[in-house]
Amino acid sequence: MPTHKKNSPRWFGPLLLIAALLAALYIVVVVHAAGQTLLAATLLFITALAAWLYTSPRFYAWRYLFPGIAAAMVFVVFPMLYTIGIGFTNYSSANLLSFQRATQYHLDETAPAEGDPLAFTLHADGPEFRVRLSDPDEESKAWVSGPLALKNTAPLKLAVEPAPQVKLPLGEPLPLRDVIQRQAALKALTFELPGGRQVVMTGLRQFSGLEKVYEQREPGVLVHKRTGELLKANHQTGFYEKANGERVTPGFQVGVGFDNYRRIFTEPAFREPFLRIFVWTVAFAALTVLFAASLGMLLAVLLNWDALRFKGVYRVLLFLPYAVPGFISILVFRGLFNNNFGEINLILDALFGIRPTWFSDPTLAKAMLLIVNVWLGYPYMMLVCMGLIRAIPADLYEASAVAGAGPLTNFFRITAPLVIKPLTPLLIAAFAFNFNNFVLISLLTGGRPDFLDTTVPAGTTDLLVSYTYRIAFEDSGQQFGLAAAVSTVIFLMVAAISMVQIKFTRISRDPAR
Amino acid sequence: MAIVVAKSQRWRVLLAHAFLIGLVIVTIFPFLMILSISFRPGNFATGSLIPDRISLEHWMLALGLSYTAPDGSLVQPTFPVLRWLWNSVKVAALTGLVTLLLSTTAAYAFARMKFRGKEASLTGLMLVQMFPSVLALVAIYAIFDRIGNVFPTFGIDSHWSLLLAYSGGIALHVWTIKGYFDTIPAEIEEAAKVDGATPWQAFRIVLLPMALPILMVVFLLAFVGAIIEYPVASILLNEQAKLTLAVGSNLFLYEQKYLWGDFAAAAILSGLPITLVFILAQRWMISGLTAGGIKG
Repeated sequence: MPTHKKNSPRWFGPLLLIAALLAALYIVVVVHAAGQTLLAATLLFITALAAWLYTSPRFYAWRYLFPGIAAAMVFVVFPMLYTIGIGFTNYSSANLLSFQRATQYHLDETAPAEGDPLAFTLHADGPEFRVRLSDPDEESKAWVSGPLALKNTAPLKLAVEPAPQVKLPLGEPLPLRDVIQRQAALKALTFELPGGRQVVMTGLRQFSGLEKVYEQREPGVLVHKRTGELLKANHQTGFYEKANGERVTPGFQVGVGFDNYRRIFTEPAFREPFLRIFVWTVAFAALTVLFAASLGMLLAVLLNWDALRFKGVYRVLLFLPYAVPGFISILVFRGLFNNNFGEINLILDALFGIRPTWFSDPTLAKAMLLIVNVWLGYPYMMLVCMGLIRAIPADLYEASAVAGAGPLTNFFRITAPLVIKPLTPLLIAAFAFNFNNFVLISLLTGGRPDFLDTTVPAGTTDLLVSYTYRIAFEDSGQQFGLAAAVSTVIFLMVAAISMVQIKFTRISRDPAR
Repeated sequence: MAIVVAKSQRWRVLLAHAFLIGLVIVTIFPFLMILSISFRPGNFATGSLIPDRISLEHWMLALGLSYTAPDGSLVQPTFPVLRWLWNSVKVAALTGLVTLLLSTTAAYAFARMKFRGKEASLTGLMLVQMFPSVLALVAIYAIFDRIGNVFPTFGIDSHWSLLLAYSGGIALHVWTIKGYFDTIPAEIEEAAKVDGATPWQAFRIVLLPMALPILMVVFLLAFVGAIIEYPVASILLNEQAKLTLAVGSNLFLYEQKYLWGDFAAAAILSGLPITLVFILAQRWMISGLTAGGIKG
């Protein structure tokens, strides 16, 4: 069998490597040309590393490891480090651009120039269109464009010719309706008149000349062409500012040091929700684990009881919540708990005449989250406990039966102490998981009901992760920097939890040896 | 076993049954309810558990068919559910393949080769995995937004970028496959090497076919993981036609537009196959992990 494999061409591997490296280098050049220097540098580093590892016989094992580890580095570690980095900047929807891009944005900004606007009409030319511009004061001065498809909305600069030179007779102007339909494409056009004057569409019937608003005097200083007002780049705030301190958007990204952290921990508008959400996050994770583990353990003990029949049926039915994908069951509960149409309120109404407002009352919303999460989480705990209980030697129970102990004594003196030790690391892992249980919050309540006294969007049921998500993606300000700082704080907490978990894993493993 | 049955025993058994039955009802109530709702006409929840009148309207909509309402108007599907299902399956299958490729090769090196930094990289990989990707959402968004400025194929609203974002989560799989490789005697490949096979050939022709069961397990796990992933998909995908099922199903239950019945049908339609794969993966995972753990 392997004989023909052995003859597989020797040049094939190296050639593949060279092709891959060339492709990677090409990508690096393109990325760099697009102005993403950091990304290009990262890619170049990875490419160089790959070239080194795949050509040196010393690192043969790394040829197998490299793709996987590189993927983990690029898509897990790099985003983590990048998050920490963003936490030290003012990156937000108002400060999205780099300094150069923001400066260019201001320099490119145009306003209608003085001088008369030109009247314009649109004419059909076969399937395409021509634009006719004319001076309203002097009808003889007119210009006509070449045929245009008017499908693109990408900016385009075109020359127009004086009307007499265009031999083709133009038909009737198209009605305004057609102009409106193609407005987006027309807006993207800049026509250059033979004299060099440039005009763009400024109204449905007119094109006017444009001029730049700002002019660069020296790096970081722009001057308003008409008013002479100075704009100075402030590298502390990340904005061009007028003399009176007024900021001109869009701003640019600058490092702000520990500003975001200072805001989280000292500014009342941020500290208040952060602390409240932190307390709730810990309470939520701890209570979930407590309830789910207690219920799971109780069930495991019950289902291990010889006198009980139909154990198999119960086990399968109770296992169901674990088998259904979370996003489906969470959404099902969102519907079932609905204040007005939800089945749960229908039943409660019929039985007790109450209709709890699950989604608008903070306490009820929290209770609902706990109910749903315990429902989702207890089957796992049950499975784990069943496994652990099965490992307890039966003679312990026989001995306790001889001593005349009841089931409660059995549970608290034998089962619980023997199960709790190996269970602890799993409980800590479950705590860490629920500490970051973004999917549940985001699909069930979305963090609502919101606090009414905060400047950032924050809800009474938000966990720290969903709070971060909302700062970053739901707020109109999209304060990525602030969100990244919160993320970093959570990183540290998760790291602490993980360390505790590793310690407990060791403790629970050691006596077994 | 001869156990003297106390008189209180019968009552305790009865009590236990009552408790378990109560819990079973609470547990399966949501599933029965959603089944009933999907067959009920209209998008409101009023009605009994067993529908008075069975209507297939929600199922038609979930399957992408339009139907004629009793008042004669034609109702069009609000959301492309099948499209979302297809998107999910596509992304998940590709993620499974890429994960398999990356983690199998890495696991081979970890299981069979000696090199410096082996223990450190194994532990490092595991530590990396402990940090939830939810925390890096801002960075993931920023990175793909920027890449998208250069290569639109790998930007926001692209399934390729989702695939890339998922491909980093291989640590657990590397451990699983390594554990399984450890159970296969290295002598078999040694023999192949004596016959003149390169390490790559020994890996591909000798070891891989023997590791097929664990490869299936890892593929299924990665597949399921990608199907149910919500946070990353929710920030990388905006366009309705591009959404995955996990993100898309969320759109059914807006307070202002509460398509309860449509959601129920869509959830069952798409949830059943996923649940089957999920159960399969869970079962195989347990056997796979124990098989991998014997020598690990």
